[in-house]
Amino acid sequence: MKESKKVKWIHEKVVPWGLPIVLLVAWQGAVEAGWLSSRVLPAPTDVVAAAWDLLEKGELWQHLSISFGRALIGFAIGGSLGFVLGLLNGVFRPAERLLDTSIQMIRNIPHLAMIPLVILWFGIGEEAKVFLVAIGVLFPIYVNTLHGIRNVDAGLLEMGRVYGLRPWQLFWRIWLPGALSSILVGLRYALGIMWLTLIVAETIAADRGIGYLAMNAREFMQTDVVVFSILLYALFGKLADSIARFLEKRWLRWNVNYQNR
Amino acid sequence: METGRGAELVFVQVAKQFGDQQVLRRIDLTVKPGEFIAIIGRSGCGKSTLLRLAAGLETPTSGMIQLDGQLLHGLNTAARVMFQDARLLPWRRVIDNVGLGLKGDWKEQAITVLEQVGLADRAKDWPSVLSGGQRQRVALARALISRPQLLLLDEPLGALDALTRIEMQRLIERLWREQRFTALLVTHDVDEAVMLADRVVLIEDGECALDLPVRLPRPRQRGDAAFADLVDTILRRILSTESDEKVIAASSMSEKRRAL
Repeated sequence: MKESKKVKWIHEKVVPWGLPIVLLVAWQGAVEAGWLSSRVLPAPTDVVAAAWDLLEKGELWQHLSISFGRALIGFAIGGSLGFVLGLLNGVFRPAERLLDTSIQMIRNIPHLAMIPLVILWFGIGEEAKVFLVAIGVLFPIYVNTLHGIRNVDAGLLEMGRVYGLRPWQLFWRIWLPGALSSILVGLRYALGIMWLTLIVAETIAADRGIGYLAMNAREFMQTDVVVFSILLYALFGKLADSIARFLEKRWLRWNVNYQNR
Repeated sequence: METGRGAELVFVQVAKQFGDQQVLRRIDLTVKPGEFIAIIGRSGCGKSTLLRLAAGLETPTSGMIQLDGQLLHGLNTAARVMFQDARLLPWRRVIDNVGLGLKGDWKEQAITVLEQVGLADRAKDWPSVLSGGQRQRVALARALISRPQLLLLDEPLGALDALTRIEMQRLIERLWREQRFTALLVTHDVDEAVMLADRVVLIEDGECALDLPVRLPRPRQRGDAAFADLVDTILRRILSTESDEKVIAASSMSEKRRAL
């Protein structure tokens, strides 16, 4: 009994990490054997050393907090705008008629294409990055919120009215929970776009942040720092995804599709 | 809201039109307080529309609906509706569905109603794990917790299997006899109508074509000859529109037979 539990634990927790570990060891081996130039790809140990170095000098925290701050502020502004617009246009038809066409037109411009214009407007200061992130996350949140609200079961809304719910109760008890799974899909997309936008914006025009760290390292041929920066983005991406997953699990407990996941 | 007393519901020359389509032409119907009325008719005859008018979800094109002598306008706050699908909120647990829209300390009351429908042990479950019959029982508990004066049932048992349906009919009858609310049941099942109702009303061509009292003692037995007779009479009346007089004659015959 105990033995089989242990086997199960190994299967669930250890096996998924097998391949990454083998790759890492092979990578280290290839660099040490001289098959792979450290110009192309530095050994994992070198990357760790570079990370340690940055950490010690205190540089890392500075860049990290800057990037994090930009991501959060941009996300908060764009996300809440998209959310409110999605709710408004989903619940009130006249609002949708007035706004949706315009929003869809702007949505179809790739927001990264606006970088030259944004630099002209804001220079390479904080506003430019925050603006781009906000524009980037606005649309996935908007589209999915609108879609979610639209698909709220009309039968449930009718039931709510018959059972004497006031408009704000209808919103909190039926509209919002009914749209939530769709809104969370939007959140997940938006988090992905948030990082993507930030990487591009910081790489092109920045004097601080992880993107700047990577570009600066490139100029000095510090491949280890470049690789480390890329890993940082991967880590944050994974973190954001885990947060979205956690919220799904918590808020959609009632939905059989999200149970035991 | 008064408890233990049903509301009186009166339809006065009610007509309802959707666009060009005349669904109800002229409905005159008086439902006495505490009475159980079954409304039957072929599908698309407007029986559900009649119920929605009583709930205040639709407004009549002409005519009026009175509730205890008051003209009904807007949502009917004295009424609760049971729909064909249970319409439970999937994101609220059973007990929170029952207490939907209530203020104050309703938890205890909710447990009591859930006990009445036999589901007190499922209070903490999500609706998704319940069977169709259990969901309808939760919907019934939700309808009854606020002690409505009028219960509107829109084919609530239509989607259930035969055994569960019989169980639910018994449950509804028992609770109706205890609480004496006025009940309006829309159904396509003549058996069910005769089982539960004091009067069976047939809607045809947008009018009340038949208004037949059911004078069988409760609880009624399906195997009973008088029961089967009445069901047969109503069915023949629905199915044969051309030989109207004959069937009505037959129906009054069978009534006389029962009286004997």
